[in-house]
Amino acid sequence: MYDLATHALDTARVRGASYADARVMHLRQRDLTTKNGEVGTLAQSESIGIGVRVLASGAWGFASTDRLTKEGVVTCAAEAVKIAKASALAKRSDVIMAPEDAYVDSWQSPFRKDPFEIPLETQLELLLKADAEMRRVKGVTLTETDLQFRKIDSWFASSIGSRIHQRKVISGCGIVATCYQGEEIQKRSYPNSFGGQYALRGYELVEEMDLVKHAPRVAEEAVALHSAAQCPRKNGTLILSGSQLGLQIHESVGHPIELDRVLGQEANFAGTSFLTLDKLNKLKYGTDIVNVVADARLEHGQGLGTFAYDDEGVPAQCTDIIKDGQFRGYLSNRETAHLVGLARSSGTMRTESWNRLPIIRMTNISLLPGTWKENDLIADTEDGILMDTNRSWSIDDRRYQFQFSTEIAWEIKGGKKVRILKNPSYSGITTEFWNSCDAICSRDYWTLWGTPNCGKGQPMQTMGTGHGASPARFRNVRIGTAFGEK
Amino acid sequence: MTPHSKSRIDEGARGLSSEKRLHELMQTVIRLGKAAGAEETEVHLDETLDALTRFANNGIHQNVAEHGLTVSVRTFLDRKTARVTTNKLDEDSLRAAVESSLSLAQSQPKVPYLLPMPAKQRYQRVQRFVKSTAELSAAERARAVRKACDLAVKEGQVAAGIFVSGQMQSAVGNSRGLFATYRQTRAEFSITMQQEAATSWAKGNAADVRNLDPQVLAQRASKKARLATSAGELPPEKYTVILEPAAVLDLVGFLFYDFAATAVDDKRSCLNDRMGKQLFGENISICDDAYHPGQLGAPFDGEGIPRQRVLLVDKGVPRNLVYSRSSAKRAGKKPTGHGFALPNEYGEAPMNLVFSGGKSSLEEMIASTDRGLLVTRLWYIREVDPYEKVMTGMTRDGLFLVEKGKVTSAARNFRFNQSVLEMLRNVELMSPAVRATGEEAFEMVVPAMKINGFQFTEVTKF
Repeated sequence: MYDLATHALDTARVRGASYADARVMHLRQRDLTTKNGEVGTLAQSESIGIGVRVLASGAWGFASTDRLTKEGVVTCAAEAVKIAKASALAKRSDVIMAPEDAYVDSWQSPFRKDPFEIPLETQLELLLKADAEMRRVKGVTLTETDLQFRKIDSWFASSIGSRIHQRKVISGCGIVATCYQGEEIQKRSYPNSFGGQYALRGYELVEEMDLVKHAPRVAEEAVALHSAAQCPRKNGTLILSGSQLGLQIHESVGHPIELDRVLGQEANFAGTSFLTLDKLNKLKYGTDIVNVVADARLEHGQGLGTFAYDDEGVPAQCTDIIKDGQFRGYLSNRETAHLVGLARSSGTMRTESWNRLPIIRMTNISLLPGTWKENDLIADTEDGILMDTNRSWSIDDRRYQFQFSTEIAWEIKGGKKVRILKNPSYSGITTEFWNSCDAICSRDYWTLWGTPNCGKGQPMQTMGTGHGASPARFRNVRIGTAFGEK
Repeated sequence: MTPHSKSRIDEGARGLSSEKRLHELMQTVIRLGKAAGAEETEVHLDETLDALTRFANNGIHQNVAEHGLTVSVRTFLDRKTARVTTNKLDEDSLRAAVESSLSLAQSQPKVPYLLPMPAKQRYQRVQRFVKSTAELSAAERARAVRKACDLAVKEGQVAAGIFVSGQMQSAVGNSRGLFATYRQTRAEFSITMQQEAATSWAKGNAADVRNLDPQVLAQRASKKARLATSAGELPPEKYTVILEPAAVLDLVGFLFYDFAATAVDDKRSCLNDRMGKQLFGENISICDDAYHPGQLGAPFDGEGIPRQRVLLVDKGVPRNLVYSRSSAKRAGKKPTGHGFALPNEYGEAPMNLVFSGGKSSLEEMIASTDRGLLVTRLWYIREVDPYEKVMTGMTRDGLFLVEKGKVTSAARNFRFNQSVLEMLRNVELMSPAVRATGEEAFEMVVPAMKINGFQFTEVTKF
């Protein structure tokens, strides 16, 4: 594969590029689903091709092709240079790239069981069994299960001499029970909604999730929600489960710290950010116990944002984002690092596939654990609401005002969970919310959650991101606005 | 469907494959399927040639092009089926794809209701491939972007956006003789203009780039950005709103997956127990029509069944659902040509929506409003309540207060929590329906709407 990439780099250089990199990528995916006890999707796919990014006349050009012949790659690289020269017709200034060393390396994400080697019969049997367990619960009207596996190989070569091969294996699984009754549809999911839990792991993730064991509870809760009380509308104390807090981090910390967004490069689509450059090291983002990092290193965990090198050939790093409540850092790349006074990119350039340009993306954006035991946190809460499992999420295009709803909540009175509440929701302003956090559970309750469906860029790219979180408590939060007093 | 004159080899790297080439590729896969023991084989071919010039801060910062062709194989054996997709087109790789598909299929229990593949079909001709769009160069896109950026600089504003041009083709065929192809071009220009803390936006999308005027869109966004400065904070409550077509499109787009017969079967549709009832206002009629001049897209579905025009809502009453072959058989109906590629669990959906619209102009809607809000577009829309179809989201890129028939000032953006069902009962006026494009839903032919009692619940900081 490096031969093809080298042809691309040589062509780019000869045609006038001052810098070039090329990525050959081979992506394999398997999707299995069931619905109401029958197989739904049963599909496999693979895609292989090359993307060539060049800097010529001070501007960027990118072209990609699936024609992996010398002729195809040369044509592709020549087109990338032609496009870069067209870009220069309307460039604002010449691109400046932060220096980076060249690396020659090969890396594979660790896994115990290759999901593509597990017999399909075994995988389908698991899903059908979990599906059957949910359907045994009276009142359930729709049952769904899913497995997804990905294996991604990339061969990166750059004109500064890097040659990096990476193989990533990703697994995901989930189950959902839905109940339509009266004039209401309620659902419960496990281990998370919108596909379940995803990680940079092998089939062992699926086995650990034990979908069959959780299936009856999930189904029973979906039915029970119909007779539950409506979540009240009030300002009050909120405890978020780890999975919901993971999405809260994603939307209200992860996106606003993307430097391309801050600099206006996403203004037309994904939006901008309230975290303008003057706020770095000055903004009190959260309370003193709030510590958030962007950590792509393996030692942080096997998340969807874990890798050895980003798609610009920069090694994985850990960056402080919020330290003791203070805003400390952005997600940057080689092009933007100097704009915030950094000598080096923070290593967050990622691409969905060979036919997409790498852009700044979240890696693993995680809230570091606190000190509380979960039971102690509940016991310490006189009057509050614990919300779990995301149902909807929305935030404005500068990442100030958000609203989330969850599948289920529990009312807490006198330090005890007293009853289930349906249709829970909460909303707020990002910095006000994080400045109301007064307790975070310890590492015993911390999970690196996977968000497999983060959309950004034009053309749109879908990327997996990781979010470590443990349950945490927030005071004086606006609760129940989405549904009102139904 | 449309004439193909040259093969990819003839045209070099920047042309689509010829219909002859697609047919040969398809026949190769079908032959391999038969040799591997498949009772039936279906092949999907999808080819894309797209280019996108992206600008921000009044200059181009990304500029990309892609070319790809995928082959997707579905085999059928003993009432079992599975799909394998690849972009490796040599015969050994295609054989491996066919064998993988058979292996996947055989790993599952029999699916009793699974239907054999359909036979040859007849299709209504559509022409949506425009040479001038296909031939648009990176330099031409850059020059148009430069003009838009020059306007921004002249007005003291900052421009960001995209200029896309591309061509695609898809084909579906099977071992029972079905063969359908479709190709189209697409040009799209979207622009955000920022002035101080205010922004506005305009976007257009057409098969023919000559029907797209980037400078008109840039001027529209520029003018509205100027009006959007000094936004004042209003209380979040119910307002009369005038939604421009892009705002209507992005909101109602979430409704139409519920018109799938499979969604109703699954009891996950808001139309459960509501078909044939007066669900919307009498002024609301909606059909799905792939042949409407304001629509793009293939005239066949994922199994190669011709798309039918379907009246979904007649004077506020949901009358018909759309059907794949499978859901049609379960319901004792005829398939409407809206099925997704098999196997899948979602069934089908209408994808070419056309509202009947009204006769009022946007100006007349504003003039008739004593107090209300003019909404340019909506953003980050998500479903809060699936049965009442309550959606949440934000206004974006231009929210204006209307008082006594005139736009008087800009307003800070609101969050809404609004039932789409209720909204379509409260439509007071509509403009003629136009082809509109947004960001959260696919393109549709929709009107601007004046709606009473639209629920805003919170306000943001800008």
